[in-house]
Amino acid sequence: MDHFPLSWGRPRNDALDAFNTYPMHKRPTHHDTFADGVQRTQQPIVTGTSVLAIKYKDGIMMAADTLASYGSLARFKSIQRLHTVGSSTVLGASGDLSDFQYIQSLMEDLIIEEHTAGDHHELGPAEIHEYLAQVLYSRRTKMDPLWNSLVVGGRKDSKNFLAYVDLLGTTYSSSSIATGYGAYIAVPLLRNAVDGRENTLTEEEARKIIVDCMRVLFYRDARSLNKFQISTVTDAGVTISEPIQLETTWSFAEGIRGYGAQTQ
Amino acid sequence: MFRNTYDSDNTVFSPQGRLHQVEYALEAVKQGSAAVGLRSKTHAILLALKRSSGELASYQQKMYRIDDHVGIAIAGLTSDARVLSNFMRQQAMSSRMLFNRPIPVNRLVSSIADKAQVNTQEYGRRPYGVGFLVIGGDKTGPHLYEFSPSGNSYEYYAMSIGARSQSAKTYLEKHFDSFADCELEDLIRHGLHALRETLQQDKELTINNTSIGIIGPGGNHEKAIPPEAPFRILEGEEIDVYLKMMVPKESADAPATAPPPVAPEGGESAVAQPPAGGDEDVQMQE
Amino acid sequence: MTSIGTGYDLSASTYSPDGRIFQVEYANKAVENSGTAIGLRVKDGIVLAVEKIVHSKLLVPDANRRIQSVDRHIGLATAGFLADGRHLANRARDDSSNYRDTYRQPPPLKEVISRLSMYVQAYTLYSSVRPFGVSTIVGGVDVNGPQLYIIEPSGISYGYHGAAIGKGRQLAKTEIEKLKLSELSTREAVTEAARIIYLVHDDAKEKEFELEMTWIGDETNGLHVPVPKDLLADAEQKAKAALENFD
Repeated sequence: MDHFPLSWGRPRNDALDAFNTYPMHKRPTHHDTFADGVQRTQQPIVTGTSVLAIKYKDGIMMAADTLASYGSLARFKSIQRLHTVGSSTVLGASGDLSDFQYIQSLMEDLIIEEHTAGDHHELGPAEIHEYLAQVLYSRRTKMDPLWNSLVVGGRKDSKNFLAYVDLLGTTYSSSSIATGYGAYIAVPLLRNAVDGRENTLTEEEARKIIVDCMRVLFYRDARSLNKFQISTVTDAGVTISEPIQLETTWSFAEGIRGYGAQTQ
Repeated sequence: MFRNTYDSDNTVFSPQGRLHQVEYALEAVKQGSAAVGLRSKTHAILLALKRSSGELASYQQKMYRIDDHVGIAIAGLTSDARVLSNFMRQQAMSSRMLFNRPIPVNRLVSSIADKAQVNTQEYGRRPYGVGFLVIGGDKTGPHLYEFSPSGNSYEYYAMSIGARSQSAKTYLEKHFDSFADCELEDLIRHGLHALRETLQQDKELTINNTSIGIIGPGGNHEKAIPPEAPFRILEGEEIDVYLKMMVPKESADAPATAPPPVAPEGGESAVAQPPAGGDEDVQMQE
Repeated sequence: MTSIGTGYDLSASTYSPDGRIFQVEYANKAVENSGTAIGLRVKDGIVLAVEKIVHSKLLVPDANRRIQSVDRHIGLATAGFLADGRHLANRARDDSSNYRDTYRQPPPLKEVISRLSMYVQAYTLYSSVRPFGVSTIVGGVDVNGPQLYIIEPSGISYGYHGAAIGKGRQLAKTEIEKLKLSELSTREAVTEAARIIYLVHDDAKEKEFELEMTWIGDETNGLHVPVPKDLLADAEQKAKAALENFD
């Protein structure tokens, strides 16, 4: 028999207070019946694939294709995944694109706050990255992650900055970064081309490295598109190019079973 | 005093559109001993006069570190200062946590000014009874701000608050043109000269009653200052060397102002000095 | 003044027998003692200008601003208690940001004004607070083009082509009325605004002042920003010259 009147008429909860150890005023009474039924994000829905980024002599360069996939369906073919933040930062996203749109609005709020302060202090890429890392980590600790891998790149006070943060709040910084499928396919190529040459690569060379990797990714990654944008951040500011169409050839595939004419 | 019908409550405007409670709070700042702040192109410094209640008592604390790049000197109610400085520390920490950025000094000062404004508008509160001089260094260089209970904050080249601060202000107004290019040592000497003006007759600055706070690279007499040169407070024997650099008042390059009027301890009610250079105490207006 | 000593003027929640709320009227007194602020709404933008009284020569010029930004495209100039002005600006920023969070687009001026003036009005209802000791000029360029409003301590707000508040508002209004606002460019309006501030200051024979000006228009890409230094200096030069001709 439960002798505590506050418990009467309530479902018994052995897990919480099996031995009536709580004094009445501290009894755990409020229990949200639906709490167990709440599910937070467990998977991304509409997604973007790899983002590539490297440092070069005059700044950083970033690229991402314009595809938004719905599962394996190429759902939207002209979505921009590179986003300018302030005057010296660019943010590239793979993963859930609605979460990315939410992050874009966070950035917008941040930049407006900075503008309204009107005191010549501006958030640079390092500050933006730290902020995003805090947001993504705190969301993951709430078991409600923003399902993205983000690359933050920029140049401020003549210093290049390039760093990564993902849905777990994991961060790292490197002179070449790739997310998604690119983390497997493009990273070795990028490291090969960039490591040790961050301060000598010209914009032209950097562009060639990026385009080559995007081409490889398009051949290998089934969630990619041969249409992508390239962004640079230099002392002159941020640029994001119009979509670039990649010329690709598939003649080599003729002999591949399941692709070319069936010969059997 | 000026007692009238409109002075007992924050939430009442006088027919002239003034807020007497706020003006009285500004008086509370003048009850505290003086603090002086000034800056050059490279440094911002604070100097303050510490009181002691007797031979057996220690001297009060007049300066607080907020963060590596910010420090304050206070005049007025110490307990209010502790609440506000705690808040400033939280703001500073939160900027470091969120953005990995030392908080811009002006935003830090504005954050307590905005807090103080609320206390001038709502029933059941009183305005804070403390004024701050805030020094700090950020990307835009060294800065000096004054915060006051009215919820205003201003950036100055040099400023003083607290009892008999008008005399220090007079000194600062006369010399501030030269501060920009001063070495740290010269800046401190100017500061001490200004602070000296706030002393009662027959008192002098000693290693016990003077604090010096510094933002900026280490000076010639400072030892083991790390390269990032965080805010530091000098007290005791350390400041002897600076006190000795002071030029005696009678000598030619000392300021030509009259000695400050004698006032009862902690009171500012005696003869107010005529404001110099069109200056007057900043009330709520602008 | 008949209000004094009647006991009807001690709270914002008290009417006098003839239906006035004296506390709000007293709040207006705080505004009337303040340096003048003006706003011009012209063909392609907005110019805000204030006469910033310099109360000490130790102040760092340019640092202590009286015109603030509410959003990218909205500026706000106040006359009265500066600290109250900052409170209102912060509130306006919140309002603006909330609008953005809901609609994902920049708020129209009308919307910000409506929310902000309701906030100001709420402070005229209760004895537990005092009204704001500020009048506010809010200007901006939104989807409907340039917009300019004044919010008074009572919470009332009107749209204007030219606005003036503070000590010299009468003379400023007279001068603004002489302008063909709808034909002026923003650049021309900067010169006119500077001239008017110099004129009303000269009229009051006050102490030192600093001219602070911001603008929003095509030239600023729709951003609310301070008028560039060279243009400001040029406008001040012309203002001083005009003043000498005037005398």
